[in-house]
Amino acid sequence: MIPQEGGFAQLKFRDPARGKALAGELERLAREIGREPITLMHVCGSHEQAIARFGLRASFPPSVDLIMGPGCPVCVTDLPEVDEAVALAKSGVRVATYGDMLKVPGRVLSLADAQSEGAKVDVVYSVSQAVDLARSTDEEVVFFSTGFETTAVATAAVILSPDRPKNLSVLSAHKYILPAMEIVAEIPGTRIEGFLGAGHAATITGWGIFEPFAAKYNRPVVVAGFEPLDILAGLVKLLEMVRDGRGGVANMYPRCVTKEGNLRAQEQLWRVFETAGGEWRGIAFVPDGNLRIREEFAEADARRRFDIDVTSLWTTEPSELAKDCICGAILSGLAGPHDCPMFGKECLPDRPIGACMVSSEGACRIWHQYGGRPDLRSLTPQVEVAV
Amino acid sequence: MCLGVPGKVIEIDGILATVDFWGVRRQIRLDIVDEPVAPGDYVLNHVGYAIRRIPPEDIGETLELYESLLADSTDEDLMAADVRGELAAGEIRK
Repeated sequence: MIPQEGGFAQLKFRDPARGKALAGELERLAREIGREPITLMHVCGSHEQAIARFGLRASFPPSVDLIMGPGCPVCVTDLPEVDEAVALAKSGVRVATYGDMLKVPGRVLSLADAQSEGAKVDVVYSVSQAVDLARSTDEEVVFFSTGFETTAVATAAVILSPDRPKNLSVLSAHKYILPAMEIVAEIPGTRIEGFLGAGHAATITGWGIFEPFAAKYNRPVVVAGFEPLDILAGLVKLLEMVRDGRGGVANMYPRCVTKEGNLRAQEQLWRVFETAGGEWRGIAFVPDGNLRIREEFAEADARRRFDIDVTSLWTTEPSELAKDCICGAILSGLAGPHDCPMFGKECLPDRPIGACMVSSEGACRIWHQYGGRPDLRSLTPQVEVAV
Repeated sequence: MCLGVPGKVIEIDGILATVDFWGVRRQIRLDIVDEPVAPGDYVLNHVGYAIRRIPPEDIGETLELYESLLADSTDEDLMAADVRGELAAGEIRK
């Protein structure tokens, strides 16, 4: 059974006494800081899943507001990028992609819509499976790839592989999280006092990449793992740093993360990709936020290999409901799922209106399943709790 | 999607490792992992690639999260589904 209701006693910690002690530390630090709300942001869908699934917000002090930022790569993939994949699929190219990308709406159509109209779209769990698909056919296969650094590295390894099939190319919607954190930190009126960094992305990049960010914005970053105790321990450290008014980076996930990260992976990542500015859904233009395939690998880059015409898709207007979607505000941390009047009503996992309800890493999808409210003690009647 | 999944290396053949995930064996690529990996080691896998060799002293702690997740989940559980997706990302060993 999934713990839906909060209540500390129901949380299944590896070490309940330690969980209780950490929650006590959070209370003490929140009291010492003394103001409210103390707004913190994490930038990882897996963190939100763990926080909501284990009902962790129930053990936070009421003054601590931990919100999810742009940590869902599928969600931040902008409409024109989805449209590129849809246009390719409709032109007869075989498109392989991760399952979450299938239902993400473009300006008018999703890949699932294109599939139901006869386009060849395959769901894969890994880029290696896209390689296998390309090997099994003479058709052109495009892998529509998404994900942050951790996932982009696998795509890079395939592009570098000498036996990559010649009929395989990549439509990169890979994203680089750090520049998006800068944008969020610069939003006028932002109340975010500290960031929880995603453990497994930092496994690749190392925690050192957060140092210039933490110094520039004078805000602390704490890298944390995904176990309930890891998250609570990360938050205790983050509140300590907020209390002391210091920026800087702390690594609370040393079993997976080093300062330098995985250098071998970084070498492959940056040999294949370079950063480029691009629109992120809801966050606006993020300088250096997209990972673009370098010219050297042009033959593996679907954007250079095909003449992709997205304007042919724009013959109809987006639905009225899509215009009311507040996914963008949710991704930039300005709103939560419960602020959207369509959440759990018009917008549901099996008929999503916005990307945040599509992806298993989207805040709306996660909250809809686990009933993850910011504070379980202040239930509001308009929030539908998934049962 | 960022969670990855830990498994025990059974056998290595060049760049490919056969990895055991709670009795299910998959082939995982070793292009990315930055330490030498040997049979008996545990690695953290993401989309069919080992991204990290898990230090021996941390294996127990790492496995526990996943075991409680998989044992204690419904089909709709997003987090468990992501872990199952990570398992499906490996090649089925022929």
